Amino acid sequence: MAITQERSEAAADAAHGISPRRHPIAVWLTTTDHKKIGIMYLVNSYLWFGVAGLLAVFIRAELAQPGTQYFGEERYNQLFTMHGTTMIFLFVIPMLAGFGNYIVPLQIGALDMAFPRVNALSFWMLPLAGLVLYSSYLLGGPADAGWTQYAPLSEGVGTPGNAIGIDLWIVALLLVGTASILGAVNFITTIFNMRAPGMTMFRMPLFTWTMLVTSLLVLLATPVFTSALVMLLIDRNLGGSFFNPANGGIAVLWQNVFWFYSHPAVYVMVLPGMGIISDVLPVFSRKPLFGYKAFVFATAGIGALGFSVWAHHMFVTGQVLLPFFSIMTFLIAVPTGVKFFNWIATLVKGQITFSTAMLFAIGFLTMFLIGGIDGVFLASPPVDFALTETYWVVAHIHYVLFGGSVFAVYAGFYYWFPKFSGRKLNEGLGKLHFWLQFIGFNLTFFSMHILGLLGMPRRIQDYPALPDWVGLNQLQTVGALIIALSTAPFLANVVMTLRRKDRDPEDPWEGNTLEWYTTSPPPAHNFDSLPEIHSERPLFDLRHADELTVHPDATTTGAR
Amino acid sequence: MAVVDTAALDELPAPEHHKPGGISSSLLGMVLFIASEVMFFGGLFGAYFTIRSSATVWPPEGTPHLSALYAAVLTTILVTSSVTMQLGVWAIRRNDQRRLKLWLVLSLLLGVTFLCGQALEYSKLIGEGMTLSSGVFGSTFYTLTGFHGAHVAGGAAFILIVFLRARSGQFTARYHDTVEMASYYWHFVDVVWLGLFSTIYLLR
Repeated sequence: MAITQERSEAAADAAHGISPRRHPIAVWLTTTDHKKIGIMYLVNSYLWFGVAGLLAVFIRAELAQPGTQYFGEERYNQLFTMHGTTMIFLFVIPMLAGFGNYIVPLQIGALDMAFPRVNALSFWMLPLAGLVLYSSYLLGGPADAGWTQYAPLSEGVGTPGNAIGIDLWIVALLLVGTASILGAVNFITTIFNMRAPGMTMFRMPLFTWTMLVTSLLVLLATPVFTSALVMLLIDRNLGGSFFNPANGGIAVLWQNVFWFYSHPAVYVMVLPGMGIISDVLPVFSRKPLFGYKAFVFATAGIGALGFSVWAHHMFVTGQVLLPFFSIMTFLIAVPTGVKFFNWIATLVKGQITFSTAMLFAIGFLTMFLIGGIDGVFLASPPVDFALTETYWVVAHIHYVLFGGSVFAVYAGFYYWFPKFSGRKLNEGLGKLHFWLQFIGFNLTFFSMHILGLLGMPRRIQDYPALPDWVGLNQLQTVGALIIALSTAPFLANVVMTLRRKDRDPEDPWEGNTLEWYTTSPPPAHNFDSLPEIHSERPLFDLRHADELTVHPDATTTGAR
Repeated sequence: MAVVDTAALDELPAPEHHKPGGISSSLLGMVLFIASEVMFFGGLFGAYFTIRSSATVWPPEGTPHLSALYAAVLTTILVTSSVTMQLGVWAIRRNDQRRLKLWLVLSLLLGVTFLCGQALEYSKLIGEGMTLSSGVFGSTFYTLTGFHGAHVAGGAAFILIVFLRARSGQFTARYHDTVEMASYYWHFVDVVWLGLFSTIYLLR
């Protein structure tokens, strides 16, 4: 095949171009290899996960007792602002982009991303953004108006919001946003233009599909947020009056532009997770995903509807059309329901192996279901009026972003770690990690539903010593400590596994998708050869090639 | 950079896997980037219309007069530069490198003229007391036209780079994606201006 010859030539060139004398640090700092960049994304994001997790422990320490223990109001405001901002913009979004970087080109049989140098640029803006954001601790205090940074609180009209922290917050998010947009351009171009021969759109692995829809959301939503940030920066520093009602501006305008991005961003944070789950569940059930095309269309449906629900964050402003945004919000639960049907039907009658990756995938299914359902409660305006700004909302966001995204991230990490390193993570430590995290997570966040129904407001560092409130808060603090503890077996597992000398098989899980065709870890040029691709499970076809009695094009979703 | 005999490359047959009718990665990347830019300006326009629709009087009292005629001249200059840019693209599609350079220089000059015209208008308006901080009209006016102006400047820099590359003979009828990219971007900047011209100057 002509294409294979061309690739081996490219491989020879690549091998020739890399000088063996270069220091490894120089190699990593200057690399444009999507796999190395992907690893850097994962490591950088996980570091920020640790920082933001530490802030969460501080929050829980303060809330363990009524009254002020360790952090006053101002410090507490900074804590939850930085916790939310870091988790969302420096951990969840880049972490999933990191998986995308490493896995997507492998899954579609490409040599690299379409624009490798732009890819490196996207990555390097992220640690820079983190440093800008956290430099505020040295320069007069970080942002303190919540991760949503509502105007006029963030306008600098009041006293505390005038700190330089909010300006640094804006600059950091402009960097993250630019990195995301360039990344989205790169992913979409890669997926449209770099697929291997035979890899039609409807044969792409589901993780790649979700990355495509995610990238479209990022491409079209993030620039609107950029415009909001720019307007806020102008208001704060150049005397603009976009969000300043005293001068003819509109404060609620910020909420509109902010949520026009930040609601699609919710799907940016969960769609790739759904993709990971949809690659993991079939492998450990020994079945194809039930309803491949339904899943793809449900993903596209979530992407499209994602742009029409932003104002459900603003029901209590009294400035939005309640029936429209309420109905659209109920409606967006439907494609997610379709996906739950896909996943559960995949498990039914499968030969299920409860590996750690599978446990985290099932953890995602159950936890994200709870998060989705308690979100649907909030779609109803009367319920929203009662529950908004209470701990119910905190419970909801953590069930979708921790119970959803973080569980999916770990599922993907345990699943693809053999691809990154050639070695499987230890299953015993992995299961200890899973159960500690699962128990700690539910202790912390399930009780927040009850606390929310009891009326405890969020973002407050002090509360009255009502009997149930104190007990529930203490339970949450204990749960948070268990979550923090659960990362110890995980980190120990990674270190021990990387130190192991022996290697596991190239394809330890008997995967279905193309990334398992090449060596683990893959060579710089990814593939020495490519198999013929006739379905969305080319490796399954390869393993069972001798059993095929029908023409390969007639199998599964072979039709274009 | 190694000297590549592009004329010889032109003689080669197209690679086997090249899909006829497909869009090259660099052009697709440019189209996607422009899509994100459209959404960026969409956010600014959205803010403008929201603020405008809630104002009782628009433009607010005390706003200096904006000359639609002057803006129409600027519009003509920018639209003309779009035409010259496209003529440059058509020239290189015929492998006419000399005309490509000519049209690129002309487009660049027109773009710079537009920017100078905008700077003149800014200085006049600032002299009449309208600034970013003078009120909501000033904020929206300078932010929208300012970001557009920055994009014109960026596009002009892009055209300058394309011109320098054209001067060293890097483009041929088959290899000129960068020229096409610059033209896409330039047309996009032009269309944004048409939007600004009609909303800020014409829509009273």
